[in-house]
Amino acid sequence: MSDNILEVQQLVKRFGGLVAVDHLDYELPRGSICSIIGPNGAGKTSFFNCLTGFYSIDEGDVIFDTYSLKGLEPFQVTRLGIARTFQNIRLFSNMTAIENIMVGQEPHLHSSWIGAVLGTPGTRREERMVEEEARRLLRFVGLRGKGDMLAKNLPYGDQRRLEIARALASKPKLLLLDEPTAGMNPAETLQTTQFIQRLRDELGITILLIEHDMKVVMGISEKVTVLDYGKKLAEGTPQEIQNNPQVIEAYLGKGAAQLLAEG
Amino acid sequence: MRENRTFQWRLLLRFGLLAGIVPLYTAAIGMVEVFNAREVVQGLLTLGEMLVVFPSLVVGYLTALHLRRDGSNPVTALASALVTGLIASLPVALLVLINEAVPLRGMFVNVTPALIKILLFEQEQMLTGLGLLIGALTLAGGLGGLAAFIPERFRRPLITGLVVVILSGLLSEFIKQILQQFVSRNALRQIVKGKSLTSQAAGAIFAVTYLISLFWISKGQDVKSWYNRLPATGQRQSRRVANTVLGLFLLILPWIMGPYLSEVIDNVGLYIIMGLGLNIAVGWAGLLDLGYVTNFAVGAYITGVLISTGPLGIGARLGIDPLNFWMIIPIAILAAMFTGFIFALPVLRMRGDYLAIATLGFGEIIRLLALSDWLKPYIGGAQGILFITKPDLPGLAELLPLADWAPSFVEMSQKKGVLNGLLKLLFYGEFSGPQELYYIILAGALLVLFVAIRLNNSRTGRQWMAMREDEDAASSVGINITLTKVLAFTVSAASGGLAGAIFASKVGTIFPNSFSLLVSINVLSLIIIGGMGSIPGIVVGALALIGLPELLREFSEFRLLLYGALLVVMMLVRPEGLWPSPVIRREMLSVEEESEEPPPSDKGTTETPQALHSLWEPTD
Amino acid sequence: MRARLYRLNWVDVVLNALRIVIIVAVIVGAFNTITSGKYTGDQWISLVMSGLAQGSIYALIALGYTLVYGILLMINFAHGEVFMAGAYTAYFLAAYSARQGWLESQPLLTILSWILVAALVSMGVAVLLERVAYRPLRGAPRLVPLITAIGASFFLQYTFKGLYGSAFRTYPEVAALKGSVAMGGAQIPIVQIFVFLAAVVLMVGLYWIVEKTKRGKAMRAVSENKEVARLMGIDIDQVIVFTFMLGGALAGAAGVINGLYRPQGVNFFMGFFPGIKAFTAAVLGGIGNVPGAFLGGILLGVIESLGPNLVLDGLGIPAANQLKDVIAFTMLVLVLIFRPQGILGERLAEKRA
Repeated sequence: MSDNILEVQQLVKRFGGLVAVDHLDYELPRGSICSIIGPNGAGKTSFFNCLTGFYSIDEGDVIFDTYSLKGLEPFQVTRLGIARTFQNIRLFSNMTAIENIMVGQEPHLHSSWIGAVLGTPGTRREERMVEEEARRLLRFVGLRGKGDMLAKNLPYGDQRRLEIARALASKPKLLLLDEPTAGMNPAETLQTTQFIQRLRDELGITILLIEHDMKVVMGISEKVTVLDYGKKLAEGTPQEIQNNPQVIEAYLGKGAAQLLAEG
Repeated sequence: MRENRTFQWRLLLRFGLLAGIVPLYTAAIGMVEVFNAREVVQGLLTLGEMLVVFPSLVVGYLTALHLRRDGSNPVTALASALVTGLIASLPVALLVLINEAVPLRGMFVNVTPALIKILLFEQEQMLTGLGLLIGALTLAGGLGGLAAFIPERFRRPLITGLVVVILSGLLSEFIKQILQQFVSRNALRQIVKGKSLTSQAAGAIFAVTYLISLFWISKGQDVKSWYNRLPATGQRQSRRVANTVLGLFLLILPWIMGPYLSEVIDNVGLYIIMGLGLNIAVGWAGLLDLGYVTNFAVGAYITGVLISTGPLGIGARLGIDPLNFWMIIPIAILAAMFTGFIFALPVLRMRGDYLAIATLGFGEIIRLLALSDWLKPYIGGAQGILFITKPDLPGLAELLPLADWAPSFVEMSQKKGVLNGLLKLLFYGEFSGPQELYYIILAGALLVLFVAIRLNNSRTGRQWMAMREDEDAASSVGINITLTKVLAFTVSAASGGLAGAIFASKVGTIFPNSFSLLVSINVLSLIIIGGMGSIPGIVVGALALIGLPELLREFSEFRLLLYGALLVVMMLVRPEGLWPSPVIRREMLSVEEESEEPPPSDKGTTETPQALHSLWEPTD
Repeated sequence: MRARLYRLNWVDVVLNALRIVIIVAVIVGAFNTITSGKYTGDQWISLVMSGLAQGSIYALIALGYTLVYGILLMINFAHGEVFMAGAYTAYFLAAYSARQGWLESQPLLTILSWILVAALVSMGVAVLLERVAYRPLRGAPRLVPLITAIGASFFLQYTFKGLYGSAFRTYPEVAALKGSVAMGGAQIPIVQIFVFLAAVVLMVGLYWIVEKTKRGKAMRAVSENKEVARLMGIDIDQVIVFTFMLGGALAGAAGVINGLYRPQGVNFFMGFFPGIKAFTAAVLGGIGNVPGAFLGGILLGVIESLGPNLVLDGLGIPAANQLKDVIAFTMLVLVLIFRPQGILGERLAEKRA
């Protein structure tokens, strides 16, 4: 069992002529909170999609806890212990909050449709358990009492929490969060940041974030990786990245780094 | 607020012409003439006349309503209603005029002299007839406009009353058949004469409905809150009573309704069985299957081959006894499930509309193969399979020598009467007619219903729903989309097989043309119109789409036309169906719902770390 | 030390097996037929030519499907009825003009008038469909417009039945198109050549419109990227209406041409099978691709024509000609399974999160 829960080796993903991920190497230490940042279109979400099986990997490999993720379907990746949230919240809108979380427990469920029809004790036991777990997760993310509301009727902040709850339902070892604080005000952002830390501290989940909010990134990340045009531009601690002229240039354009340096 | 006094000509023109299309269209396609044969109220109103006049009534109502809301003064609104009624009459009037100059019948086959006679209110003179036509429609517009002024409290009961009267008028044959068994002929004639209601009956029904409706509007809320305030045991008890009553009613239904109506209910039942099955694929899993008829066909043909006593049956071929109906039911179901499974595999990767067309293709291929000479030696080609026997159970008469110690019972079973038929069935166990077959279909429907309800609230049900909501997200939470889709197709196919088996035995002879795309479209329509994904919706849909055309033969002539129009209208206006699924209904309610506790500002810090860890038992 | 999750994709296995079975069946059947020498060379030529003619008609209808799909990403299930509307309505003009003797005196002009009427009627129906049934549902989930289209299809069919009755009508015979020409030893009916040429002419006309005119360019822009086209000032609604009109006009013309080729069988239901086959053709050639639709149509026509005799007969299936439609439907299903992007189409974008 290595130190790294995730090892990405020379990952390449192409779309016709466009290279979305360009020979990316990455190591994610177990139990850490790390961030991926970069300007729009840098390939961050594409990277997540490659990890989770939404995109097929063209070249290179991804090793998760000794398993290779190359060629796997998304549901297989999830069953191995990786869960993710989406940039633009993909909940099951017409299902209730509690149902969303119950679905999230899928990788650990065993009952079959036949059991459901016959009402076998095993199935019934599992159903009870599933609902209890879902309610616990609901409370855990602070949505107590809203279980029976349709997901699409929840306010934005609650929807983000629900999506995280659903991701947690699969008991992941690694959680990929795609812009978890998008659209939040500073108070909510702070809550979310603290929550993410609790996930790691109390549940031992390794967390990989894509983020645009620098306060969040600098606040909780142990390692920050900057992508641009699908390539790794820089990597290091938050302080190192903040002062890296190439990073500044990538975000703000040429000359900006110089300007900043000149003060 | 200054009231508007001017005529909004463009609006009136638009409303009027749109309304005017209806009588013109229905006249030209022959609906008016056919419907004219059906009287709604004795001597007063036929359905055909309704088609011509009602659009004006409705548009007058809508115009006046619209104008009032926009702030027009009442006189203007009323006058506008009259105008729209008038405009609506012009297209049909024009039709009559043109036909007078150039007989249209050569091209438009349904513009017959009989039609013209109807439109001209049976007048000899063209001018008087036209005058009456235009006048009547204008007046209708005015009446509709007047109705817009009636306060809401009285308007709703009025409309309800009218609708109920019209429906009763249309279903008067149905009512007659039922009342026939309980009421003397003289009394019956007071209510239903010929094929429609008597005016007394119409008036009475209207009055009663009006009063009930009036009562419900003012007192209905009170009743509801009384019910909600009952303790849980009270609620449960009243529900139990309602269910028992319903159960008993279902049990004796065929004997109340008589053989003809039982046949109708049987067909409705078969479609409910299929609808519940297709609902799994379409409503829950979101897979638009236009080839559902294949499952039906497989079930029917397997049954045919295994049961038939004719030359194509397995009996004749292998020299053994043809199988028993009860034995083949599981075989037919399994065969259909296998078919569903096989046809699912190729379509797994397809997008929604391609999936629909591909399944349609499968359905047609199967039908054409069944029709072909190539397979004729096995399944009969266009002639089909004959001599399929009806189901048979050992009746009480065989099991117990009842004739000896309960002769009166046996005697009763020989007579006619509401319960005597039931007794006969119990004794002899022959499911020979529609009333007996009803029980098999009822059992089948209850079985499928049971399975559907169980699946709905299960892991599998949630997998399907998640997949329908968002296939990618479903995959990302660990759902194996391939297996889930295949399972949906396979399970949904089962009920098609069941329905097919019962159908084959019921009709005794099956032809390939019974298994056309129309069956698939019928089942799909009733799901969509009744309510996608909703179990009560399917019952409603089946009753409306399969039951009504049987009862109203005039409708059945235009059945597919109405289906098509209904599908389009439903999609435009109410895509969730007539009786939408609880998910949709919850959506309506959830806006008013309040959470049990005010939302906490933190994330469950009331939980101890212990509780958190319990989430993370070693995974299995 | 890496572990690999070994996954045998059983679905792919089954599909590949299916593919092999079909290819083998086709080869065996064809081989048997050819070696048995049951059909002579000119019989084959005759079959091919009739396939080309029928295929041209499919192609014209297919263009309507492909144009609409390119712009709206929806299958206009009622397009078969658009075809039927033109064919049926023009029939009345045709019958009338035959009675009046115009057909004899001015055959070309008369036929052109039929085509014009048919095209206009079909255009009208297509535009009506768009306005009433499709436009309000533009944002709705995919299933909704499809169901609406199915409903509209039935509605149109039975409206025509109500208006004109259920009797089968027959287009008048056109003397100028009678007779046949010798070609490679076979006698090819002139009408087949006419059909093929007419279709080519219309195709070229369409191609010109799509490639060279401003409207056509607007159409292509909208089908590439609706948002950008809107930003560039293109009136999306107008373009969509124009697309429906074009497709409708072609279908109407196809209706008349079909009436000349197969005069019998005009009735309210005549659009169903050609509609589905034309859709097959459109997908076969590559949906959204104009030359593809034509190619697909021709190909389908020829396969449908040759199939029974070439393949099915060789496999020992009796009365193979009955199964012509089965071949067409099987083509439909096979194309949708194995090559949904068609022959000339592009791979659809991968799944994205």
